[in-house]
Amino acid sequence: MLTAPIIVIASFAYVGLLFAIAYYGDKRADEGRSIIANPYIYALSLAVYCTAWTFYGSVGRAATSGIGFLPIYLGPTLMAALWWYVMLKIIRISKQNRITSIADFIASRYGKSQMVGGLVTIIAVIGIIPYIALQLKAISNTFLIVLDYPEVAMPHKQSAPLFLGDNTFYIAMLLAAFAILFGTRHLDATERHEGLVAAVAFESLVKLLAFIAVGLFVTFWMYDGFGDIFHRAQEVAQLTPLLTEGGNYASWASLTFLSMAAIMFLPRQWQVTVVENVDERHLNTAIWLFPLYLLAINVFVLPIAFGGLLHFPSGSVDADTFVLTLPISEQAPWLALFAFIGGLSAATGMVIVETIALSTMVCNDLVMPVLLRMKGLRLTARRDLSGLLLGIRRGAIVLILVLGYLYFGLAGEAYALVSIGLISFSLVAQFAPAIIGGIFWKGGTRTGTVCGLAAGFLVWLYTLLLPSFAKSGWLPINFLSQGMFGVDLLKPQQLFGLEGLDDITHCLFWSMLANIGCYVAVSLAKGPSAAEHGQATVFVDALRQSGATAGPRLWRGSASVNDLLALLGRFLGPERAREAFESYARDRGARAIESLAADASLVHHVESLLAGAIGSASARVMVASVVEEEPLGLDEVMNIIDEASQVLAYSRQLEQKSRELEAATNELRGANQRLQELDRLKDDFISTVTHELRTPLTSIRAFSEILNDNPRLEDGQRAKFLSIIIKESERLTRLINQVLDLAKIESGNAEWHTSDIDLREVIEDSVTAVSQLFKDGNIALTVQLPRQTPQIVADRDRLMQVMLNLLSNAAKFCERPDGKVTASLERQGDFLRVDVTDNGIGISPADQAVIFDKFRQAGDTLTQKPKGSGLGLAISRQIIDHFGGRLWVESQPGAGSKFSFTLPVKTGSELQQGFGT
Amino acid sequence: MIRPSIKGQRLVALFLMGFLLLNYPLLNLFAGSGHVLGIPVLYAYVFAVWALLIGLMALVIEKRED
Repeated sequence: MLTAPIIVIASFAYVGLLFAIAYYGDKRADEGRSIIANPYIYALSLAVYCTAWTFYGSVGRAATSGIGFLPIYLGPTLMAALWWYVMLKIIRISKQNRITSIADFIASRYGKSQMVGGLVTIIAVIGIIPYIALQLKAISNTFLIVLDYPEVAMPHKQSAPLFLGDNTFYIAMLLAAFAILFGTRHLDATERHEGLVAAVAFESLVKLLAFIAVGLFVTFWMYDGFGDIFHRAQEVAQLTPLLTEGGNYASWASLTFLSMAAIMFLPRQWQVTVVENVDERHLNTAIWLFPLYLLAINVFVLPIAFGGLLHFPSGSVDADTFVLTLPISEQAPWLALFAFIGGLSAATGMVIVETIALSTMVCNDLVMPVLLRMKGLRLTARRDLSGLLLGIRRGAIVLILVLGYLYFGLAGEAYALVSIGLISFSLVAQFAPAIIGGIFWKGGTRTGTVCGLAAGFLVWLYTLLLPSFAKSGWLPINFLSQGMFGVDLLKPQQLFGLEGLDDITHCLFWSMLANIGCYVAVSLAKGPSAAEHGQATVFVDALRQSGATAGPRLWRGSASVNDLLALLGRFLGPERAREAFESYARDRGARAIESLAADASLVHHVESLLAGAIGSASARVMVASVVEEEPLGLDEVMNIIDEASQVLAYSRQLEQKSRELEAATNELRGANQRLQELDRLKDDFISTVTHELRTPLTSIRAFSEILNDNPRLEDGQRAKFLSIIIKESERLTRLINQVLDLAKIESGNAEWHTSDIDLREVIEDSVTAVSQLFKDGNIALTVQLPRQTPQIVADRDRLMQVMLNLLSNAAKFCERPDGKVTASLERQGDFLRVDVTDNGIGISPADQAVIFDKFRQAGDTLTQKPKGSGLGLAISRQIIDHFGGRLWVESQPGAGSKFSFTLPVKTGSELQQGFGT
Repeated sequence: MIRPSIKGQRLVALFLMGFLLLNYPLLNLFAGSGHVLGIPVLYAYVFAVWALLIGLMALVIEKRED
């Protein structure tokens, strides 16, 4: 049923489908309609983290250590929470500086050093090759197992010769073909491979579905759910510890830490997370979606592990293969095939992305710097190097896969899947101090990084890799038990007598101690150079800069546009170089390439484009070959940075000034509006005054003319006219006096004769003064005064003026037989209140609002003869206001009016002062 | 792109919370022979904390700051 041809055809069909997806993804990318530009594809592509290790190895580890397999997935979950700060910064820096690999990142950070880049590359390749071998081993083993269907048999050690006689070799070469086809199609300054990402995301989906399918099958088909499996396991004595113990907590913590580093710094994770990132906003969703994927793919690990342990006789089947062997033993051929394809997905995804990432590093940070230094090759004189670059990368891919295959063939049998993976993780973690330190601490130097990386690497070599060789039989085994040269303290897995830790934790402790110690100590011993300081600023302050502005400023020299164009053309190809220059010219508003100035900004642009293709360190060397650069001293760099911060401070000052100016402008605008309002009021006032003055003047003049023109006028008539003239003159005088009075009060020039007065006297005197007026009008005037009132401080004459005005107004508007006016005084708290109430015609609400304005009277002044100047109430209100009181009216038309004012009572302290003076 | 820093701080707090809950000594409190719905209490605890952590991260990230 599940025969070899079917398995082979299915495998090839699956890989063919991957080719198709990758091809379609690339095609859409070329058309500008990306299929990977969304956060879900991005998160799925991050799941390249889950390799054959996850697919097969987790179950194997769970079968020996229970939940101890899990820190490898908890670490990335925890790390994802920190991505908001850490990964965002790395992505931003990489995009700004066109950094395309982890080696390039570290090299670029530490002064664009070729040495650092080379060292990182070597470490990465050494660390990753066992990991690739792990994937090949998984593919090879599972292929042999599924081939034996329906028997469950463990594959024996390969007896067939390596390479041509071995299926695994062909698989490795097929993967190399895929990587070459979709990873090195052409040179691109951003090194993005959309088709590849699409295929990887698809593989993530397939392996998740396959694993969950097997999980459901084992949990609910073979057993009765989770509870059933765990219950049965409980009854087997040797399985009980797996169910209840958290294992070694030191190992738990160190695995968590290792996986936190791995999720960031494994070359393939760097490739998909940083380099292939389309939009940094996709990271947001990935922060929770990627951990969710990890959770989903791990839910069934424990059930499958216990299911396998319960199902197979103890030790007969390798726990690493349970995912495949359980469906086989239950005679479920299609599920077994699906599981095999899922494992194939997990392994191929990892191998492809990893080799592409490594090939970029090998080419840019290892081979090119060496080739460019070999003057004999005259590479700098070659016209087009893009073909050479692609060739190197393709070669590197094949070489890495061959190395992985060799490692698999020679040493692969000695270890479980997870152990091989952890050796890789431990080495990759050595990048953490240089990168995390590099993006948050400006003090790290090139020498410090080289020392730290080298120290960490050597410790890893001695405490983890060499022991693994010893266990594989490549080194004498007594190297482990007696230490190097027989010195006990140098036992590689109990270094300096440190015992009680597992080998991974032991290695991690010593290597991190050496790495971080050397990195910090050497960096601090000798501070950063000018170039290092410049790059440190670019990296550490990446989130503060709005764009890549710091780069071009730190450069001084002379160059020609044609030289730069030719240089870029040699690496990217003349066509692409010309396109890049034209787009740069468009951005700058220049009409053609020829009109560009070869300034610092252009040189920087070319360098960053080159950096994308050949790495920042090589790019720097190449640009320097066509540009006559004047070296900058540390002092000058510091000056430029100082200058920049001064400019920043100055611009802050300017902003501040401009804000102040705006506030002042607003104030001025307000003042201007008030002035205009006042001006309008003044105009109104003058025109009203003129009008009011003209009325009496007109009548005086008219009657004077009559008298003048008619000397024979009757005596009676003459006397009448004269009395009118006198009355109008008086009115005129009064009006002028009032205008002057009001003007004085308003301008604050009025004379106030304040003294302690008794308001009752004022009221009584006023009443007496107007009593004749009331008698003439036949109006009853009642006065209600309390027996005793406190004194107030005011101007007696002015208050009289107010009272007289109110009383005469009341009399004026109350001329009818039953006219009645009441003046009353009472105390209200700290105030004395005076009410003048009449039962006259009243005032409409509209008039109430205006009668205190100048020259405003109740009623229609056009049709009715004015009964006063219209200034009395205005003046009264000014007077009352002056003494801290209030004057208002309450009235209803037809029901009379009540004018009231209050004045503050003299307080105790004022009294004392009054007596004192 | 302006990223409100309060989200970043919340995520760091979640990291610290997760790190404490999923390590010694808190982890050790759940290493025993109990069961929750038939699942060993240690497994149930670790997976529940894990799921909770992811849920909270999603909540922090996707919450709109108006």
